[in-house]
Amino acid sequence: MDKFTTLTAIAAPLPEANIDTDKIIPARFLKTTKRTGLGVHAFDSMRYREDGSENPDFVLNREPYRNAQILISHENFGCGSSREHAPWALLDFGLRCVIAPSFADIFFNNSFKNGILPIRLPREVCDTLMEDAAQGANSRLTVDLARQVVIRPDGTEVPFEVDPLRKHLLLEGLDDIGQTLQQEQSISAFEAKRAKDEPWRTVIALD
Amino acid sequence: MSSQIGPPSGGPISATSPDASTRLFVPDNPDGRPDHPEASSAKPVRNRTAMSPRTLFDKIWDSHVVETLSDGTAILYIDRHLVHEVTSPQAFEGLRMAGRKLRHPEATIAVVDHNVPTSDRTQPIEEPESRNQIETLERNVKEFGVPYFPLLSANQGIVHVVGPEQGISLPGMTIVCGDSHTSTHGAMGSLAFGIGTSEVEHVMATQTILQKPAKNMKVEVEGALAPGVTAKDVVLAIIGKIGTAGGTGHVIEFCGSAIRGLDMAGRMTVCNMAIEAGARAGLVAPDDTTFEYVRGRRFAPKGDDFDAAVAYWRTLPSDEGAAYDTTVTMRAEEIEPSLTWGTSPENVLPIGGAVPDPANEADEAKRAQLERMLSYMDLKAGQKIAGTPVDVVFIGSCTNSRIEDLRAAAAVAAGRKVASGVRAMIVPGSGLVKAQAEQEGLDRVFLDAGFEWREAGCSMCLGMNPDKLTPGQRCASTSNRNFEGRQGPGGRTHLLSPAMAAAAAVTGVLTDVRELNALPV
Repeated sequence: MDKFTTLTAIAAPLPEANIDTDKIIPARFLKTTKRTGLGVHAFDSMRYREDGSENPDFVLNREPYRNAQILISHENFGCGSSREHAPWALLDFGLRCVIAPSFADIFFNNSFKNGILPIRLPREVCDTLMEDAAQGANSRLTVDLARQVVIRPDGTEVPFEVDPLRKHLLLEGLDDIGQTLQQEQSISAFEAKRAKDEPWRTVIALD
Repeated sequence: MSSQIGPPSGGPISATSPDASTRLFVPDNPDGRPDHPEASSAKPVRNRTAMSPRTLFDKIWDSHVVETLSDGTAILYIDRHLVHEVTSPQAFEGLRMAGRKLRHPEATIAVVDHNVPTSDRTQPIEEPESRNQIETLERNVKEFGVPYFPLLSANQGIVHVVGPEQGISLPGMTIVCGDSHTSTHGAMGSLAFGIGTSEVEHVMATQTILQKPAKNMKVEVEGALAPGVTAKDVVLAIIGKIGTAGGTGHVIEFCGSAIRGLDMAGRMTVCNMAIEAGARAGLVAPDDTTFEYVRGRRFAPKGDDFDAAVAYWRTLPSDEGAAYDTTVTMRAEEIEPSLTWGTSPENVLPIGGAVPDPANEADEAKRAQLERMLSYMDLKAGQKIAGTPVDVVFIGSCTNSRIEDLRAAAAVAAGRKVASGVRAMIVPGSGLVKAQAEQEGLDRVFLDAGFEWREAGCSMCLGMNPDKLTPGQRCASTSNRNFEGRQGPGGRTHLLSPAMAAAAAVTGVLTDVRELNALPV
């Protein structure tokens, strides 16, 4: 996973609530066995017309937002399925940060695992940042994870909250499996105690 | 989110661990910045002690904490890992690349469901990418030794139907799967939630997951459901009331006499859609209904072990006086047969209701979104929802494909005919459900009425297999999501109960099932 430290980038406004994971990546594109290559299908139904041509009204089809690395949206971003293909598609498109008033839990979780920083900020702050974003390429936002601030084009800083463990993993670009495996002894001890205390537990063994 | 609940079962990680970059110690508030006010609302309100009354969720959580890290993140032990073909290939690949083993294959079960055709199974799968995903799973389960129900097995089915049916999902367990509708298994009185593929890999490698405790929400439905009102109507009414983000950050415990009165299939329907209310998981306290359901199932404890398990399971229901962060109460009598009109599961109407008028919405962004929904759904502001013609009826999915659901649909279909021009499909949730239905003669009822009788799978719930809507088609569907394009690009979905879906099939329009004088028992 790539580290996330400081990002200065174009931000794209997507002022819509409940952007669901089927909007981010429709199910018919989930047949891949890879993590990469989904960027071309990100926001498929909003981004392309029925004949496959680009919808010029969709923000990510317009300059300078084709190069956006930050997305700003409304409430309950990423609701719906658990598909990690959603953050994979965003990442493959080039997005590293999503700012919204609220996120669905599983999407929020999945984002961190892929080096995407989801930031929760109040609706009115998101709307202000969208106004900044509407000014296009002259109006880049900076996200400083270490200091936990979004820096607006006029230099104003907007503080945000992030879970300390997730912040640590993002800043270092660390894989959490390796970390958890360092607790192998604790896991084994837990398993041994349960096997002793609750011998009725079953296993799945097919003949 | 970061407050720790309950005493950790192991101590916190030592801060004297030698290598700061690889240990799991995380300094609290490392740069001395104060908490932001908006973040504090996300923390559970209670400061629990070991003596405090606990909720069902608290008890399951506490009994699975391997370690609690300094910032409150738990290493949570996972009892059952359900695997399917869509969200697992990258996880298996990750294990392989890192040279890691799958820690407990015997706590893992794999099935194919999302991609599979629900027509003739003896033919090779035509779609090459679907075939590849299924073949990839088959290679992976062999390599890692994971128990697997293959496509042609009678045990194959939708993962969330198979788990409870086989006795794999049991009360008090932690259960995960790379699928958001894992919340279904909460009906067993277990903590069950959907995870992403990175977490699938984490569970495969460690049999644990990293999580912060969720907040407790109680949704209490008291009273008796009126005739014709089912578990699906109950959960739609709940989502209509609290919204698709109403449960965010929470685990919802569904309780009250109306919930206790549901059979296991009904409880599974309710918990299944907890995710549509934004919750991490849904739960129903295990009781005699649960234990009788579990008794004798293939992987459930047997004999004295079963009795020992039941004795433990009886300790799980929430203690008197346990605190909830959020409580919602509803009267069962006020719930009517319901359905969705828009492209979010919170767009719920009673069948007698009318589509809302965006003009009444003050917020500009919300108004625009309502207008877009009306246009996408080809509905007019203020129109009565009943009487809207449908093209397709889909009875199936992890929400409503169990034998009880099929019986309810058959009660309405019996002696009637599918309306001309309507395609009506019945897709049982598993091979075992299909066999049971055939034994009861339900297949004849459906076939005689003009329904299609198909093989088990996710089918038209999500447009990943050949069962899809074509652009503009309107579908009465017993599934769980009505998002734009969910059942196929341009498809229009109305979520409703199996009985209501059958009523739409035989009348050709969205219909109040109570008017058909054939109320399912």
